[in-house]
Amino acid sequence: MKITLYIWRQDNAQAKGNMEKHALNGLNPDMSFLEMLDVLNEQIITAGGDPVEFDHDCREGICGQCGLFINGRAHGPLAATTTCQLHLRHFKDGDTIYVEPFRAAAFPVVKDLRIDRSAFDRIIQAGGYVSARTGDAPEANALPVPHRTAEQAFDAAACIGCGACVATCKNASAALFTAAKVSHLAMLPQGQPEREHRAQAMSAQMDEEGFGHCTQTGACEVECPQEISIAHIARMNYEFNRGAILKP
Amino acid sequence: MKLDAKIPEGPLAEKWGRYRAACRLVSPANKKKMSIIVVGTGLAGSAAAASLAEMGYQIKAFCFQDSPRRAHSVAAQGGVNAAKNYQNDGDNAYRMFYDTLKGGDFRSREANVYRLAECSAQLIDQAVAQGVPFAREYGGYLANRSFGGVQVKRTFYARGQTGQQLLLGAYSALSRQVAQGQVQLFARHEMLELVTVDGQARGIIARNLDTGKLERHAAHAVVLATGGYGKIYYLSTLAMGCNGSAIWRAYKKGAGFAAPSWTQIHPTCLPQSGSYQSKLTLMSESLRNDGRIWVPIRAHDQRPPNEIPEAERDYYLERRYPAFGNLAPRDIASRAAKERIDAGFGIGPQKNAVYLDFAHAIQEYGEGAIRERYGNLFRMYEKITGRNAYREPMMISPAAHFSMGGLWVDYELMTSLPGLFAIGECNFSDHGANRLGANSLLQACVDGYFILPNTISNFLAGQLTAPAIGPSHEAFAAAEQSVALQLGRLLNIQGQRTAGSYHKALGALLYDKCGVLRSREGLQQAIKDISALRADFWQNLKVPGATETVNSELEKAGRVADYLELAELMCRDALAREESCGAHFREEYQTGDGEALRRDEAFQYVPVWSYQGPDTPPELVEEPLLFETVSPTVRNYR
Repeated sequence: MKITLYIWRQDNAQAKGNMEKHALNGLNPDMSFLEMLDVLNEQIITAGGDPVEFDHDCREGICGQCGLFINGRAHGPLAATTTCQLHLRHFKDGDTIYVEPFRAAAFPVVKDLRIDRSAFDRIIQAGGYVSARTGDAPEANALPVPHRTAEQAFDAAACIGCGACVATCKNASAALFTAAKVSHLAMLPQGQPEREHRAQAMSAQMDEEGFGHCTQTGACEVECPQEISIAHIARMNYEFNRGAILKP
Repeated sequence: MKLDAKIPEGPLAEKWGRYRAACRLVSPANKKKMSIIVVGTGLAGSAAAASLAEMGYQIKAFCFQDSPRRAHSVAAQGGVNAAKNYQNDGDNAYRMFYDTLKGGDFRSREANVYRLAECSAQLIDQAVAQGVPFAREYGGYLANRSFGGVQVKRTFYARGQTGQQLLLGAYSALSRQVAQGQVQLFARHEMLELVTVDGQARGIIARNLDTGKLERHAAHAVVLATGGYGKIYYLSTLAMGCNGSAIWRAYKKGAGFAAPSWTQIHPTCLPQSGSYQSKLTLMSESLRNDGRIWVPIRAHDQRPPNEIPEAERDYYLERRYPAFGNLAPRDIASRAAKERIDAGFGIGPQKNAVYLDFAHAIQEYGEGAIRERYGNLFRMYEKITGRNAYREPMMISPAAHFSMGGLWVDYELMTSLPGLFAIGECNFSDHGANRLGANSLLQACVDGYFILPNTISNFLAGQLTAPAIGPSHEAFAAAEQSVALQLGRLLNIQGQRTAGSYHKALGALLYDKCGVLRSREGLQQAIKDISALRADFWQNLKVPGATETVNSELEKAGRVADYLELAELMCRDALAREESCGAHFREEYQTGDGEALRRDEAFQYVPVWSYQGPDTPPELVEEPLLFETVSPTVRNYR
């Protein structure tokens, strides 16, 4: 296959970036998108150039570190798929592809396609946990959790923290990311004692980091590789209001 | 190097209790004054950092990823073992201990393995308390499934994302401590050197991967939780950044390295399809609960799988190991697959795979049930291969996965270098020569939550009057200078070949000579070839860019440089062990019907290598394995 790439190059958060054109030949349709970038970098380095920096690690769709804006879509054209799980067979021979980083004020560019998502860590630090110290735990089966509840909690807990929801949102809102954690813990009995505080604290941190507000466009749900539903945002809003009334 | 495993006296089941009753403690007032560095934030590292911080120690936690939640524990799929006996199938700590010891081919310490089984139940309690959404039965109680090498159901799971959910639990506990100021978090930092003062670990040199700047960090103890080195094979189930650099640099500073050649090749991964490939994705072993493995009965059979009638299929695991069938342990399943593939029965475009078939299970339980159990795995399979495994069997192949070997540690998880601890996959301790499925998450968690917090206090209690050592100490200056020199050296070669290309070449060499099968001749050749490759690396490497900036290529080059040295030690270790045990299969030592021939009379010990300098061969020290409770038998899964 033959692909023409326009790739975002930017030295650091302060620098002005630009798109850079690269032509690639002899690609295999079974190659993953990131393997194509490996091939590109090998080519750039051999020619004496500066390779493209991009985020990636597990390459099996679970670590959440990869994330590219491909032809204007977070993680590219496929639904429920991270960038690392996207393969060239989903493109046509001769295609031109535009590759950019996930963009949001709260996700500054580190270099090229590499971004800083530590804002997500700080949202979790604000309350995305159950305060269970090592050694505190009662017998695991002491508290039955209905199958359905456990499965619903899992659906929310499956978030990989990639930031596609933020990148695709016109407001760069982190509502889906935050709601996934709020919702996961609000549904389980273990999450009850800190329930009122959690939604309030995490929402406040979300604002402080510079993420925008949610205006319910639903774009995040469309791009989420884990198919996390915006119903969780509704639950977060409920939890937020509930917390405001029943102040801990 | 003198090794003392420090196994407590007393009957097996009482050792850990006796240790805890007698070990020294650090008072709350003194804990506040003591600092600990934890490198790595996977399950072991996050669990340890969170637990130690809760106790009141000052913690600095490091990871090379951009967030602790991305450490590769996140990718573990199938589950975590615990002897809860919720299934009423006769499980208990002793049985789990025995399964693990036997699974490891009697090449691990009884006391360590028993402790792992003993602490397993508590881990499930801990994870549930954190809000980990394990699979549940309709009555609301926890569900279990089976894994390889056992005949009970003791594996707890969260769909095919158990590692992710356990890690997010540990990460949330860690995040809580970060918020409370008990943990200082250093993401995008890579440890490049261990700093020792008077033969004791007192800190690290780390590189900030976003700025390229070198930093000095001092502490009263250093904990490595840096994971396995399976990525040394390049094509593996591991993440791209997984590396052996932290443990390798600790080895060169005096920590013993145990059994480097004990690396596990996992039987159920996606086969290689091209030279551009960067990884071989794992398809969880849990699939072998319901999937049946087969190849055509005729060699070079080209028909599509669904057109091959039942009578013309060879379910070779069920044929060779009727008692365990498709749930034979990994080393055995991988060898059996390689045997069929090498004999010309492999399937797929490259003839390098075998089938894993769900047709029977779908017929028996319905597609819905299979989707609920393994839906995400089937989806992942389709994404990568473009094929639907509900309609045709999966094609799978063995791939490098786990390293049983690692830094030698005593019962307290301290390496042979005082003040340096190693937990999780980066130590060698509990799995012997072959790890059982779903024991890896367990070991990482148990080391981090339950063992290290006791044993590190026992060490730190003796450090209250030790002289304060800060980052201005000359040992830090010297270590920083040596790191800077190496980085400069890598950048200045300016040859023709990228670090990635050396890594691929090394991986291919190791798969061939030090993979599923090993031989004297092959290993001797490999040692020569690795040495030649290493020489070429230092002559002809090309690293673009500079040190004081983001530079992924420089990071890779440093890791490959270490892999090129570790690979040689792996081969030396495999060569010295003239027997077959677990994942280490020497072609010269097999029974008439192709099973592993263990030689307890000569090799019932853990091999521990001690670094002697760049131009001197390492010294081999033996830690004899004493079996007081069980007597090693020939592993039989028939």
